[in-house]
Amino acid sequence: MAVTLSHYLIVAGILFTLGIFGIFLNRKNLIVILMSIELMLLAVNINFVAFSSYLGDLVGQIFTMLVLTVAAAEAAIGLAIVVVFYRAHRSIAVEDINELKG
Amino acid sequence: MIAATLAFYLFAALAIVGALNVIFQRNPVHSVLWLIFTFFNAAGLFVLLGAEFVAMILVIVYVGAVAVLFLFVVMMLDINITMVREGFFKYMPVGLLVGGILLAELIIVFAGWVMSDSAEAMRAAPAPDPSAISNTEALGLILYTDYVYLFQASGIILLVAMIGSIVLTHRTRTGVRKQVISEQNARRPSDTLEVVKVESGKGLQ
Repeated sequence: MAVTLSHYLIVAGILFTLGIFGIFLNRKNLIVILMSIELMLLAVNINFVAFSSYLGDLVGQIFTMLVLTVAAAEAAIGLAIVVVFYRAHRSIAVEDINELKG
Repeated sequence: MIAATLAFYLFAALAIVGALNVIFQRNPVHSVLWLIFTFFNAAGLFVLLGAEFVAMILVIVYVGAVAVLFLFVVMMLDINITMVREGFFKYMPVGLLVGGILLAELIIVFAGWVMSDSAEAMRAAPAPDPSAISNTEALGLILYTDYVYLFQASGIILLVAMIGSIVLTHRTRTGVRKQVISEQNARRPSDTLEVVKVESGKGLQ
């Protein structure tokens, strides 16, 4: 039984769902939420590369690299914000981050 | 062929196991290590798909830079691990609900679509024969000609991220003694030393 495009798409779908699930579960730790976002971006990348490979169009891989770039920038900025917040509040639990509510 | 199929199932299963462990590990350091494990297996999937350059980039950029950045930050912050689990089961039902609905939707979508007949003709950059030109070279030819503006824009994004994270985390510490060489060189003995002639039997006041 050969591996088809659907196999890769289902793996990516499961990874994306696990990312969403992780955001819901880990409310006490902002860093694990950022890691869950990385998982979701990885699932999107798997989708891009799978379609690119099976359709024979290299643009999907170009876009994967752009997604990687933006994900790296997002991780750097997000972790910097986490560090600054931790210095001010000694906590990174989500429920403590409530000072911006209107 | 059978080896490729087995490799796919191995990498896919290990990637999912890694992702599950990222979520359910109690210790955030273990979560980061499982995230690295997941990235390696995803890189394996990319190699199976013939996208070896993206696989290399995933290992170098994600494992080498992003995951290590996560590891640094996790170890720098002193997080109370016992508190991390609080509310874990409170949010479990709604998480399962949303995740289950999303997964069902994704599977329905992935099972029910067909490729359009005209999709083949609409390819923007048809992949060349892998035996004639390597994946990396073909990607470079496309990236630096057709997508050069996006390439430059991603460079600007990285520059903004770099400056932003430096500006955010930089702080001037108080109470730190730093060596200032010019001040040391400018010191003269007369600034700090005083030679006192002490008469015998009297001592200093």
